[in-house]
Amino acid sequence: MSAAAAVDIMAPMEARVIGVEKETHDTFTLLLQPEDGSKLSRFAPGQFSMLYVFGVGELPISISGNPEERDRLVYTVRSVGKATHALITRAPGDLIGVRGPFGTSWPLADSRGRDIFIVAGGIGLAPLRPAIYHVLRHRGDYGRLIVLYGARSPQDLLYRKQLAAWNFVPDTQILITVDYGGLSWRGSVGVVTTLFRHIRLEPERTTALVCGPEIMMRYVVRELLLRGVSAEDIHLSMERNMKCAVGFCGHCQLGPYFVCKDGPVFPYSRLKPWMDRYEL
Amino acid sequence: MIKSKDLVETLKEHEFVAGFKPEYIDRLASMAHEVHFDRDQIVFREGDDSSFFYLLVSGKVALEVTALGRVLRVQTLREGEELGWSSALPASGGKHFQARALTAVRALALDGARLREACEEDHSFGYAVMRRLLQVVAGRLQAFRLQLLDVYAPEGPKSA
Repeated sequence: MSAAAAVDIMAPMEARVIGVEKETHDTFTLLLQPEDGSKLSRFAPGQFSMLYVFGVGELPISISGNPEERDRLVYTVRSVGKATHALITRAPGDLIGVRGPFGTSWPLADSRGRDIFIVAGGIGLAPLRPAIYHVLRHRGDYGRLIVLYGARSPQDLLYRKQLAAWNFVPDTQILITVDYGGLSWRGSVGVVTTLFRHIRLEPERTTALVCGPEIMMRYVVRELLLRGVSAEDIHLSMERNMKCAVGFCGHCQLGPYFVCKDGPVFPYSRLKPWMDRYEL
Repeated sequence: MIKSKDLVETLKEHEFVAGFKPEYIDRLASMAHEVHFDRDQIVFREGDDSSFFYLLVSGKVALEVTALGRVLRVQTLREGEELGWSSALPASGGKHFQARALTAVRALALDGARLREACEEDHSFGYAVMRRLLQVVAGRLQAFRLQLLDVYAPEGPKSA
């Protein structure tokens, strides 16, 4: 990469906040409009951007919007620290620095004609939502769409209205569960892997897309392998401490990979030797 | 009440008997009867000595526990799953959770004492039942362990 290209990739472009939607008590969706047209907003489902709150810090955030909507960038952010809190408390009209999009994407082009089986946990639904938008937009190109979604409690569920609406799309099945439910919750209670008993997988024609806490993904992978889905057909979105986003700094190294550049989406067949290791 | 032939057919479709010999399914069917619960009906309460073990055919049931004056829902079971497995074991000390129908529920009820007798009389049958029961219990145990880790907590999973 030339020095000029490297500088360009490291320089944030400005985007203006056009909306902030509350999803849960600690999670918000930011709608941004690039100041210089649509260049920033062309992305593939699964990719992420670096969002820079001026004077506070820069963060890797998965893109959670519809890839067909080229006039805006959408990010769902959970407030877990100073920088994420600064992001979700932006007001319409504020400017944010954006770099990207970066990283690998869900293998949707290679999965045409196959069933798309999505397993999401918590905020992990955010990077999977663009893939759901894509499959629903190109419904005839794919087999069944099955989404298993687990969250901590009913109050922590993201995109509830959308999930309810998607369940009515033909050949689409959305199953939701929470780890802890109160008396008013009449849906499923139990970890996301308990939902596997209630779906019918055809392993030879299934592409699995998984995102959530790493422990959850390990158990989901185990269930998928038990049901005959091959390691090559299981794709995981990994999270590490991404800083430069282009494989220069090494902060996000996972074994021989840089998660920012070689990921965040990996086939499990590549990750297998590295997922269960201590200190990685 | 469904006829016994229909009951065998219903039982055959339940995941609990997957891989069972036909005569084992017939034997289980001979000690089963169909039951129905209305939405919000309590199937059994915590501490009950209910002797029934249920195979859920349709509907959803919540397992609940009362703690600090409020009811917590710890798991939901639905068609194809098993409810009240401790009744199939001797001296379980009563039900550990309360079970409440979340929807209209249809199930096959098996008397635990009769089931245990049948297992004692024919150890091959007993092994098939207990092996399957152990799978159910092991699955619940793993799920509860994962649940206890609280993997979606803002501060990350709890240490084991």
